[in-house]
Amino acid sequence: MDLDIESGVEAPLSKRWLWPAFLALAIVWVCGGTAALGEARFPPPEFESGHALPLTATPSPRSLAMQHVDVAALVGALGLACYLVHRRRSRRGIIALSLFSLIYFGFYREGCICAIGAVQNVALALCDASYALPMTVLVFFFAPLVVALFAGRTFCAAVCPHGALQDLVLIKPVKVPAWLDHALSVVPFLFLGAGLAFAATGSAFIICRYDPFVPLFRLTGSATLLTLGGLFVLASLFIGRPYCRFLCPYGALLRLAALASKWRVRITPDFCTQCRLCEEACPYGAIREPALTSTTPPVLVPARRRLGRLLLLLPVALFVGGWVGSKLSVPFSKVHPTVALAERYADPNKPTVMPIPATPDSLALGRAERDAPQLVAAAVDIRRRFVLSGWLFGGWTVLVVFAKLIGLSVRPDRTDFEPDRGACVACARCFMACPNERVRLGLLPASAIPTRPGPGLGTGPTAAGTKRD
Amino acid sequence: MTPRSPGEGPVSRRNFLRNGARVAALTGVGAVVGTLVHRTSSQTTVWQIDPLKCLRCGRCATECVLDQSAVKCVHSYDLCGYCELCTGYFVPEPNALNTGAENQLCPTGAIQRKYIEDPYYEYTIDEALCIGCGKCVEGCSRFGNGSLYLQVRQHLCLNCSECAIGRVCPGDAFRRVPVSQPYLLKTSH
Repeated sequence: MDLDIESGVEAPLSKRWLWPAFLALAIVWVCGGTAALGEARFPPPEFESGHALPLTATPSPRSLAMQHVDVAALVGALGLACYLVHRRRSRRGIIALSLFSLIYFGFYREGCICAIGAVQNVALALCDASYALPMTVLVFFFAPLVVALFAGRTFCAAVCPHGALQDLVLIKPVKVPAWLDHALSVVPFLFLGAGLAFAATGSAFIICRYDPFVPLFRLTGSATLLTLGGLFVLASLFIGRPYCRFLCPYGALLRLAALASKWRVRITPDFCTQCRLCEEACPYGAIREPALTSTTPPVLVPARRRLGRLLLLLPVALFVGGWVGSKLSVPFSKVHPTVALAERYADPNKPTVMPIPATPDSLALGRAERDAPQLVAAAVDIRRRFVLSGWLFGGWTVLVVFAKLIGLSVRPDRTDFEPDRGACVACARCFMACPNERVRLGLLPASAIPTRPGPGLGTGPTAAGTKRD
Repeated sequence: MTPRSPGEGPVSRRNFLRNGARVAALTGVGAVVGTLVHRTSSQTTVWQIDPLKCLRCGRCATECVLDQSAVKCVHSYDLCGYCELCTGYFVPEPNALNTGAENQLCPTGAIQRKYIEDPYYEYTIDEALCIGCGKCVEGCSRFGNGSLYLQVRQHLCLNCSECAIGRVCPGDAFRRVPVSQPYLLKTSH
């Protein structure tokens, strides 16, 4: 249950019998406080032997020049990934670049700095003017995003170490059913919203905290997260990029950017024979069928009605979602350490006697007793911010779900098999699966495929022709 | 109106929307970067413990994401009284004032005790052994000069966005400091 921390300030005053305990605590803390100031109870000696005082060693942080190397590596890798996907159309090149990224950004840089977490730093910097955002983090946030607006998710393809790890271990892809794929693809947006809400209120960096791969890169971490990382790697053997598709918050952002991308991944620059081989080759379920050719009213009317109903319902749902979010903001504000401590301070059932030896929790409570007014004021302020982010997060959740449903109700405009701009991570697997691409590269005789677009789905001699290859 | 082939209309409309969305997104990203770019610092910040806020709870030893915590005990020698009975070195009521393991407060024996001249002894931290538990810091701060205290050792720290120790620190002692001055050392002056 949540407690009213504002009225909690007055709570101890009403209970007179608590006073001696507080007084005792205060005395202990005053004593502790003077000791912490480093008061010379024992004067420093004057050595007769002329003993020189050693200096306190202050080893420096890891070289700062490395940051510039990181930025250069990111920009270089992004450029190379775009070249390999859009110009060279080379899966081998993408594999090589993935290996580099996995080794450099993953195991060498230990998954930090990473673009996935940078979103939170940016959100915090926008909301808290006192937070100094490192330039590197800003570059890691916007560079992949801007590239995605032009060239799609080439960052996911081979630059992100998380994606590279999952992509490289994929040995036997299993198709995720479309309904499950659609349902789970909403999760990254919700994770993104939650990550931004917690970061903007200065409470927590949950995207970093629950990252399953960084402990693997560091080869150390909590048992839970290491197990989670191991499970994700195991899952990646059979399910294409489970983290990227169903969890990654930055992937969600790049997905949006890629929807508006200038150039999309083209399975073949030539015509599509609609042989479906690319659909088989894509382990990420990103390739979409052409639109039905018959767009007769009986097919369209229910979809149109559904679209209309969704659009009418959206404003109401947005309000309801925001309201629910604002109500949930109170329990969720406990994630912030200051709010959690203020609530424990305001709790009428809190322990009144300091245990010996002191536990960290009792020490924290002691600190709360000392500067209660500031603590409670800070907690109330944080909670106020949480209410606002609760409204925003609730509204965002509804918006994401509705956007998914609306997206499913909009008629596709594809005439060929095409990778979905948002879902495609530009892994380059489909290129060589396409018989037209093989003909273009001179790997298949032109006679193996029809010279004009095939008459319909899955018909024509193409599939048989490729099987002989 | 010019005649259109079927399918051309919606495609060009969608492309128009897509271009509009791209321009809008670029403007948005540009606005975010523009807002932040003058607020960013080329100078990175690193985590450090404010020794005046540290409550010696012992969480530094266990909560760091590293196997071996990046927090270690440091010694400001100019504050040290060079006591023979060091309350940071010896357990309360030691059997004898010698280097016997049973007399030492440090669970890993990371403090070296060296005789300088009568009656002064010098205490040095062997950082390879120190686990950052703060037991000596508690002894030194409560009964001594407070010349032993915990600091984040920057050559070990991974500088996580969110310090795993800092978020559970009961004293709220962790804060970001500029990388040019990465330590908050106690001094006598």
